[in-house]
Amino acid sequence: MLSFITRRLLQTLVVLLVMSFVIYGLMGLMPGDPVDIMAASQPGMTPEVMANLRAIYGLDQPLMVRYARWLMAVLSGDFGFSRTHARPVLEVLTPALLQTCKLMLASFTFSVILSLVLGVSSAFKPGGWIDGFVSLFAFAGISVPIFWLALVLILTFAVGLQWLPASGMGQVGDFGFWDQVRHLALPVLALTLANTGQFTRYVRAAMIETLQMDFIRTARAKGSGSRRVIFVHALRNAMVPFVTIMALSFGSLFSGALVTETMFAQMGMGKMIYDSILSNDFNLALIGLLFATFTTLMANLLADLAYVALDPRIRLE
Amino acid sequence: MSTSDEPVAQGGYGKPGAADTRSIWALRWRRFRGHRTGVASLVVLAVLVVFCLMAGPLEAWRGIDATQTDLFKRYQPISAEHWLGTDDAGRDVLARLMYGGQVSLLVGLLATVIGGVFGVSLGLLAGYYGGRLDNALMRLTDGMIALPLLPLLIVLGAVDLTKLGFSAEAAHSQSVAFWRIILIIALVDWTAIARIVRAATLSVKERDYVSAARGSGANALYIMARHILPNTITPIIVAFTLTVGRVILFESVLSFLGFGIVPPTPSWGNMLNNAQELVTTAPALAIYPGLLIFITVIAVNFLGDAMQHAFDPRSEK
Repeated sequence: MLSFITRRLLQTLVVLLVMSFVIYGLMGLMPGDPVDIMAASQPGMTPEVMANLRAIYGLDQPLMVRYARWLMAVLSGDFGFSRTHARPVLEVLTPALLQTCKLMLASFTFSVILSLVLGVSSAFKPGGWIDGFVSLFAFAGISVPIFWLALVLILTFAVGLQWLPASGMGQVGDFGFWDQVRHLALPVLALTLANTGQFTRYVRAAMIETLQMDFIRTARAKGSGSRRVIFVHALRNAMVPFVTIMALSFGSLFSGALVTETMFAQMGMGKMIYDSILSNDFNLALIGLLFATFTTLMANLLADLAYVALDPRIRLE
Repeated sequence: MSTSDEPVAQGGYGKPGAADTRSIWALRWRRFRGHRTGVASLVVLAVLVVFCLMAGPLEAWRGIDATQTDLFKRYQPISAEHWLGTDDAGRDVLARLMYGGQVSLLVGLLATVIGGVFGVSLGLLAGYYGGRLDNALMRLTDGMIALPLLPLLIVLGAVDLTKLGFSAEAAHSQSVAFWRIILIIALVDWTAIARIVRAATLSVKERDYVSAARGSGANALYIMARHILPNTITPIIVAFTLTVGRVILFESVLSFLGFGIVPPTPSWGNMLNNAQELVTTAPALAIYPGLLIFITVIAVNFLGDAMQHAFDPRSEK
């Protein structure tokens, strides 16, 4: 087990390192470079001055040299400054991270509960009317463009019924707990609806597969009630693939959060990354993207570990 | 999902000369026809494709020009001249929806084919040769799957093509934007197909006819093309179908965020670019494009699901 964890951890580090290089390289291909941006706000800057500035900041160096310098700085804890926020990257990142955590954690929890209820009830009788309804809902969930779902929710609950605010994270001057909940309600609803579809399909498939196994027949033969079979024997076993899938879906959950935050003007990680790319805030975009990649990789690692820990049939060499 | 059971062979068991002469595809088609949602999805998709292809003829017949902007006719309601009204630039909404559909569907198909061919080749090579090559290719696939795709696609979509040696004119042309979104989506969305093909190849390559072919001196390329690929075709078709749906969603969200199809070329995604404004001024315009995306993708997903059942004789009835 320990050697397995070490090996997977090393693998994850390698992928992260490769991705940091790829993302760093891509950042260099964004429109404009930092000196161009300085020049745009300083009319009368001569080409010589610009060349000097590039030399000072090391921008005239080859990609590998720049990357190595940047990596050294990052490893020593220096993430650089955010251009648009005029603050260290870490100071911008922390509140955004907190906001995204609220959104993702709430949606994730609701999705899991909802998908367990829907998936198990449709696995009771595959092909029945409950199953048909649930599968329509699940297919709708995986097929809906999340930004449009957000628009429909805004149209319905904010513009039409005027129950909930359409955007922002809180009323100026209020920002109490319930105020924040009101502002989070629609984003959480959008992300939950979009996520539950996929989760439900996994729960249903895992339940149906488990219900066909021999130990279920044994339990039934020994007189276990139908409910006991479903909830005690089958669900516990169906949870093994489901836990793995939940951890693996972290990346798509984050992609969904990016869109949701943009639609509802929530200053979370996703919107921060999107804004920083739009506004050429290279340092912020770079760290934001790497952090998102890192977290997703860690979630995948957890998925692997959970799989091994939960399923005793899997033996590691 | 209920499918009508077909008799194993028309003439019953054991009668000489009464063997089922229908081809495997005829059988599959028969099974598929019993799948109501699958058939309905196929009809819906056919209608959608015809609807989008009618854009040119209908435009000529109605005597309007979809590219004609007229700021005095912004947000006009439904009328005899503009069947679904006009948009923020006074253009005919229906004509733009139809042209936008052509773009969105074409991006979906082309990106799937390009990414799919790559995925199929990778899966075949990994599965057929196994060993170190397999290990390397699968680590690449795992790494790709583990990434948060949307942020990555946004970065790829934001890359300044002039820094890659394109002329400024080419970099901002409509056709380059079209091919660029196809290529970047194809670049990230090949992993599902690669894994499916690898798994299928692993099982097919152990069959006797493959050993026989190898024994008769067939080379690897011939065996892969002649024996393995045709026998893995059904999961490939299903995977391609499901990928089309995913790609259309990627295209729409990227175009919506401003990193995909560039206006004035319409796509269902970029027609919602100014959605925040539409929500208050012309809510219907915020509904149409997203509704079409939703219908298309859900039909594609139902179709893929139905084909999966039709192709797999052991699948649940």
